[in-house]
Amino acid sequence: MAPILNIDNLSFHYGNSAEPVFAGLNLRIEKGEFVAVVGGSGVGKSTLLKCVADLADSSAGSIFLDIPERRSCRRRATVFQDGRLLPWKRLKHNIAYGLKGLDLKREEREARIAEVLSLTRLSELADRWPHQLSGGQVQRAGIARALAVHPELLLMDEPFSAVDAITRQHLQDELLRIWEKTGAAVMFITHDIEEAVYLADRVVVLSGTPAHLALDQEVALPRPRGRNAEDLQQLAHAIAQEL
Amino acid sequence: MNREPKLSLWARSPLGRAVLGFTGLVLFVAGWKLAQVTGWAQAGTIPDPFLLPQTLEDEWSTGRLLPAILSSLVHYVWGLGLGTFLGFLIGAVTASSHWADALHAWLARILRPIPPLAWVVFAIAWFKVSHAGAAFVIAIGVFWVNYFATWSAVRNVEPKYYELARAFGQQGHLNQALNVTLPASAPGILAGMRTGIGQAWMTLIAAELLGVPGMGQEMNAAAGVGAYEAVVIYMLIISLVYTLSDTLFARIEKRVLQWRPS
Repeated sequence: MAPILNIDNLSFHYGNSAEPVFAGLNLRIEKGEFVAVVGGSGVGKSTLLKCVADLADSSAGSIFLDIPERRSCRRRATVFQDGRLLPWKRLKHNIAYGLKGLDLKREEREARIAEVLSLTRLSELADRWPHQLSGGQVQRAGIARALAVHPELLLMDEPFSAVDAITRQHLQDELLRIWEKTGAAVMFITHDIEEAVYLADRVVVLSGTPAHLALDQEVALPRPRGRNAEDLQQLAHAIAQEL
Repeated sequence: MNREPKLSLWARSPLGRAVLGFTGLVLFVAGWKLAQVTGWAQAGTIPDPFLLPQTLEDEWSTGRLLPAILSSLVHYVWGLGLGTFLGFLIGAVTASSHWADALHAWLARILRPIPPLAWVVFAIAWFKVSHAGAAFVIAIGVFWVNYFATWSAVRNVEPKYYELARAFGQQGHLNQALNVTLPASAPGILAGMRTGIGQAWMTLIAAELLGVPGMGQEMNAAAGVGAYEAVVIYMLIISLVYTLSDTLFARIEKRVLQWRPS
């Protein structure tokens, strides 16, 4: 299969610094694949995601998205760590935010919103203001907003790191369910190796200064996976050695 | 267990607060009356509080009160409206464009410290003694309040919201202005508008002292003949109209900002 994302020899450094954050990165993501990127703080995981999301400019190298431009979809969509709902829009209007400018009829728009609301189990809360939502609901809303534009590549920047442990497990399982339903590829940034191994088809490790791809590990465990299964724990432990 | 004394609890209850508030008012008027009858204050310089209702009726029946209020309201509405609109507009434009910001920065620094009343000279030169002159002076004071509030509110919109707009392909200027900049800066802009409502009253009376018909002029005329009761009546009416407009605006503000946690 051809990759839908091909990152080739990518480097990034901040304007005022000579030392790059990461350098010579190569990464491919196949259609529908779930790839987790792990690494300690400061290795540039989030920066890498921002480069792919076109929210930051890399210093050298290239990012190629092999996703056709369609007028009713966006090629990629981002889920932020802080959820980042617009506080002045009700939930349903937040979810509709990315749809403006797409070639959709009114009914199609409404259908999209209803679809992702139900997919993320938020239908009952459509008219709430963001401050009336819990941390987990905010994250689900962020996912719903991203899914509404029907992306082929979902970019997730530590989306569950700010919620409590129990909510995190729920959200992880919901994400897997949604991922299987939509078939979108996922690039998932996290510092939690167990989370990466539990969710992903492949785990890549960023480490060093400047950071490079220290490991590209396939997770060949059958789904659904058990969080406490021995093979999962062993794999997580092995990956942790690379950090 | 509640160990607070009963009286202190009562003072915080709505009824307690109302009774105490009224008592404070009565005490103030009593002290005022005392100062007047005992000759503690020089005779003729302090109005008799008990004459105020009669004075209000006189001002009303001689047909001075209502035209003065209406005339002042004309100055107020025009001055406030123009000052608010221009302050908001120029504040928003200069905060959004580096070009406009640099272009106006020195000018603003020079003009901003000039008190609105210093412009009275030019108000007379350009508009003579007219409604437009009074409105002009009021507008200047209101302009700076709104300009500054809008400028800093727009400047302080969190960059993460612009990043979100970019991530979801919503970068059009108008789109961003309406969906991000304006709502994000609305709390600051509205706070400035509310300050302007008060500021406008303060300059209003001073602007009218130059002779434009209105409450300021009536106050000046009454003071000239020692009719201090009438002066107090106008002061109280100013207080009333300000309270009404501020309350009305607070309601609008609350409705516009209903998305904020209360």
